[in-house]
Amino acid sequence: MRIMHNGEPVEVTGETLDAVLAELGYADAVVATAINGSFVPVPKRDETQLQPGDSLEVLAPMQGG
Amino acid sequence: MPTFYGTEVQNPLLLGTAQYPSPAILADAVHQAEVDVVTVSLRRESGNDRAGQDFWKLIQDLNVKVLPNTAGCHSVKEAVTTAHMAREIFGTPWIKLEVIGEEDTLQPNVFELVEAAHILTEDGFQVFPYTTEDLIVAGKLLDAGCEVIMPWGAPIGSGRGLENITALKTMRAHLPDVPLVVDAGIGLPSHAAQAMELGFDAVLLNTAVAKAGDPAQMAKAFSSAVASGRDAYNAGPMEPRDMASPSTPVMGKAFLS
Repeated sequence: MRIMHNGEPVEVTGETLDAVLAELGYADAVVATAINGSFVPVPKRDETQLQPGDSLEVLAPMQGG
Repeated sequence: MPTFYGTEVQNPLLLGTAQYPSPAILADAVHQAEVDVVTVSLRRESGNDRAGQDFWKLIQDLNVKVLPNTAGCHSVKEAVTTAHMAREIFGTPWIKLEVIGEEDTLQPNVFELVEAAHILTEDGFQVFPYTTEDLIVAGKLLDAGCEVIMPWGAPIGSGRGLENITALKTMRAHLPDVPLVVDAGIGLPSHAAQAMELGFDAVLLNTAVAKAGDPAQMAKAFSSAVASGRDAYNAGPMEPRDMASPSTPVMGKAFLS
């Protein structure tokens, strides 16, 4: 299915957030996730199903003031 | 030393981590100035270059406390969601809450700030609100559960120093027991010293160090300045007066004319 990943369209085969994150190269990365603007905590990733057209944000630590 | 939500910090200079020429120079600045708290943020990660992972390793190696921010958020929803994501990643209830209301000045939208602060403190966050020097807003933030107030000195990144000293003094006088931090607008160590001389508990700055010719040396200069300013406040500064007052005793002066 096609979803938006950090603002870019991407084709994924996984159905759960866990699976999609692994597919996108984040398996062991320190990241936080939100789907359609709502935070999805780590313990909920394996039970969270993505739908076509969903917007997935994957955020990581970054420099800040 | 200032205590925020029961945690004592070892240096009243809180330092941002953005805009340094290199990660090594950021690390050097933190070490040289013996900084205890740094601010960090969250941004989109790329599955390929993993810049965020390297940055997080660098911060962990610095052995400092982290204060994540919600920089760039313009609404309650954005700020609250970002705060939750930051808490999960950084493992701290501390959040520097920014809700920007205007692009040219990066002035906080204090109405949405207060609303977001309510939501976050009820959810267990320890909120450090980036606000203006408005005393009424500070009161609303305290009512919302904030135990620290962070008024701006001047717009973020402007380096203009303390633009409304009277209001900052008023805030200090009205809130004698609340930890107060001047956040944003500081350009020189003298500005930081001035904030501490007014009785502020700490200063938070980034650009003034990161954009200096020698960031590590400037960080050290800021660290000395905040220590001097704090000592001066504790020592009880004199009251300024309009007219001269001779410091050398007049009594006993020879009559030589």
